[in-house]
Amino acid sequence: MKPDKEQYARLLKQVCPRSPLLRDFLWAFFVGGGICLLGEGVRAAWLAAGHTLSDAGALTSATLIAASGALTGLGWYQKLATRAGAGTLVPITGFANAVVSPAIEFRCEGLVTGVGARMFSIAGPVLVYGLLASAVWGVIWWLIRPWML
Amino acid sequence: MRYLWAFLVGGGLCVIGQLLIDLTKLTPARVLVLYVVSGVALSAVGLYGPLVELAGAGATVPLTGFGHLLAQGVKRAVEEQGLLGALTGGGAACAAGVTASLLTGLAASLLTKSRDQN
Repeated sequence: MKPDKEQYARLLKQVCPRSPLLRDFLWAFFVGGGICLLGEGVRAAWLAAGHTLSDAGALTSATLIAASGALTGLGWYQKLATRAGAGTLVPITGFANAVVSPAIEFRCEGLVTGVGARMFSIAGPVLVYGLLASAVWGVIWWLIRPWML
Repeated sequence: MRYLWAFLVGGGLCVIGQLLIDLTKLTPARVLVLYVVSGVALSAVGLYGPLVELAGAGATVPLTGFGHLLAQGVKRAVEEQGLLGALTGGGAACAAGVTASLLTGLAASLLTKSRDQN
């Protein structure tokens, strides 16, 4: 029997039940907010150490990325991510996790075609479209700047 | 006060991502792409800067902040180098984060073993 569209939709709903929205919401909010709160603490520490505002921002990113990489290596970040969802995905720590996880997983395929290539499986698209958007904005800014001054 | 805003804004941005995943079946990779591009757009129209002023890491740590970083870098580069800046600004701005991620990934792949994801 070939299910029609409606039957298929119903079947899909049975097979993948929706996760409880409120629980996901709270997990994402508190874990995501917590990571940002931690980030703010790290940023304040770099500022207190005498770095400029933009340097402190970059150092904060690097610190969080290194911490996320260590937790990913230990397998803890993934455990948190199964509950926290976007709370662990959206912060820069999630980007780092998306780089580090495949790097570990595909080590067995070699350093170049395994680690080197697979690292970009999720980070690659982010960089492609992020840089595309920034280049478009650069051209727009170049065009409108003479009128903005 | 800064810490409270960092928590609230950061948490809020994550909740939006969670709702996108739960309600629209967008995959996590698409959410990340959407966040970076939105960050560039919001920064370009001048909305993201004030959010960073208010919430600090609450706005810079989520991936929209990564987009904001790209947009700011491009803007500065265009002012210094003209049209060439459109090509150089974004890459220069995100260099620290990207290189740190890649080095961390490389180190982790050498130091740890693949394990069961669950």
